[in-house]
Amino acid sequence: MAVELVFQKRPKPIQAMLDAFIMIKRSSRHILRNTDQLLGTFFQPIMFLVLFAAVFGGAISKALPEGVSYLNFLMAGIIVQTVAFGSTTTAIAVCNDLQKGIIDRFRSLPMNNLAVLSGHVISDVFRNGISTIVMLLTGLLIGFRSHASVTDWLIIAGILLLFTLAFSWLAAIMGVLAKSVEGVQWMSFVIVFPLTFASSAFVPTEDMNSVLRAFAENQPITQIVEAVRALILGNPIGDYGWLAAAWCIGILIVAVPLASWLFRRQSSR
Amino acid sequence: MTKSDNVIVVKGLKKSYGQNEVLKGVNFTVKRGSMLALLGPNGAGKTTTVRILSTLLAYDSGSVQVEDYDAHQEADKVRRVIGLTGQSAAVDELLTGRENLVMMGQLYRLTKNSAAARAQELLEEFDLVDAADRPAKTYSGGMRRRLDLAVSLIASPPIIFLDEPTTGLDPRSRIAMWDIIKSLMAGGTTILLTTQYLEEADQLADQIVVIDGGKVIAEGTAKELKSKVGKDRLELLFKAEKHYTAACELLSKAIVDSNDKEHSLTLIINDTNKDVKDVLEKLSDKNIPVESIVVHKPTLDDVFLSLTGKQTQTAKVEEQ
Repeated sequence: MAVELVFQKRPKPIQAMLDAFIMIKRSSRHILRNTDQLLGTFFQPIMFLVLFAAVFGGAISKALPEGVSYLNFLMAGIIVQTVAFGSTTTAIAVCNDLQKGIIDRFRSLPMNNLAVLSGHVISDVFRNGISTIVMLLTGLLIGFRSHASVTDWLIIAGILLLFTLAFSWLAAIMGVLAKSVEGVQWMSFVIVFPLTFASSAFVPTEDMNSVLRAFAENQPITQIVEAVRALILGNPIGDYGWLAAAWCIGILIVAVPLASWLFRRQSSR
Repeated sequence: MTKSDNVIVVKGLKKSYGQNEVLKGVNFTVKRGSMLALLGPNGAGKTTTVRILSTLLAYDSGSVQVEDYDAHQEADKVRRVIGLTGQSAAVDELLTGRENLVMMGQLYRLTKNSAAARAQELLEEFDLVDAADRPAKTYSGGMRRRLDLAVSLIASPPIIFLDEPTTGLDPRSRIAMWDIIKSLMAGGTTILLTTQYLEEADQLADQIVVIDGGKVIAEGTAKELKSKVGKDRLELLFKAEKHYTAACELLSKAIVDSNDKEHSLTLIINDTNKDVKDVLEKLSDKNIPVESIVVHKPTLDDVFLSLTGKQTQTAKVEEQ
């Protein structure tokens, strides 16, 4: 053989991190090369933001506190909704890997197999970051204004990061369990749609009926939306900050090991 | 510890999916630097065996050693010395051929430079240079298989598993694949190949293990397997009917088949060189001219049919 092969021997934890890094690179390339999905990353949030602001703005602004425009109210909700729906990408990517032979290839390599999952999850965080920035810029163009300070924005970024990670790991579970990509889409629709709509993302919860309101005010999406919204509007954040963080961390504590276990089980059949 | 000469040792291997017993005690050994072909029809247990050997699947009982490591308990060590080319070309379709190779090389613990240099070498060797920087989804079936095989060779593992590497390929791509496999063998790689095609096993393998219904039903070299089934047959064809009839009378004892319309008859012969000469001499002594002679050697298809009572894939295709 002409080429001399040089192998590197590193401690296991470092190797696992490098594996994850290689897989993040792979998943990011997928995102960049899948043009349909890329269009979704840019245009879906713009479409939602503009449509919601224009269609609901007039009717809902009456129910909002004095001096709060619907666009400013909506921004937190639409970002959280976009992230929640965007997590489907992770589910589809995981499902695709499992359906195709490539997972056998990875499993026959001396690598940390969970890097396949973390690669998809983390590249999803990047994608959601881009979507969020696109929405904020669009919002600024159509009149969104915020009172948040730089520190507030850093806290917002932190909360959204935790939330994206939590939801993408949940999505990874769906991706492992689903039998097909169509199945993934159906599952995420049925779970994410009620969660985002039965929340304070688009409308204040005060006018909902009591059962719906009890659900809406105690489910995770509302805590996260309210925390981000308070920071954007410059309102006191109250309990929402730690509730949002607690939900996300709680979800992560359950979802990461569960997704990993299911993934190992599913891929060794 | 010196490495033993037996690279792969499978003993009493059993695997069930629920009630369905897929492997019912499989035994075989692969010697260093040799190629063993697992030959069998669909559903015989070939892929299950390869999946167990390549650490993808746990087994129920028996023992599976690859380079003296247990394929399940010491999967991590086994993975460092094997390369797997499965049935569905396992390449990342959105990545280019080169990106696939480099990524897998790095996952094999190669340094980045090493992986890149080796990738270039393999792209050249496998005639993929022109397509190297195109996404793999644009590749033809044959190119995809070549890339898939190249990927499993990125770290030059000493053991390669090829699970039906030519199934579904057109004849030209199949022959190209065979050439690649032959050059791997020449390089000293130990290979375990599964196939439904007898011709493939016959062409490539040192040792053939015939597997059916989760059991090994025969084992040996292609020559040994063929000799188990039958002897060579000599077919004689005559132009004139009178010569045919005369030959029938002369050789009556040895004839196993005759065709009055075509004036052809078939004899079983034991020693091809000697018997053919004897028969021809007998005929020429009596002035019986022979139009043509053909010696039929038993094919692996005959072997397979006599062992399993089933036809092979190739035989079926030829019939259609």
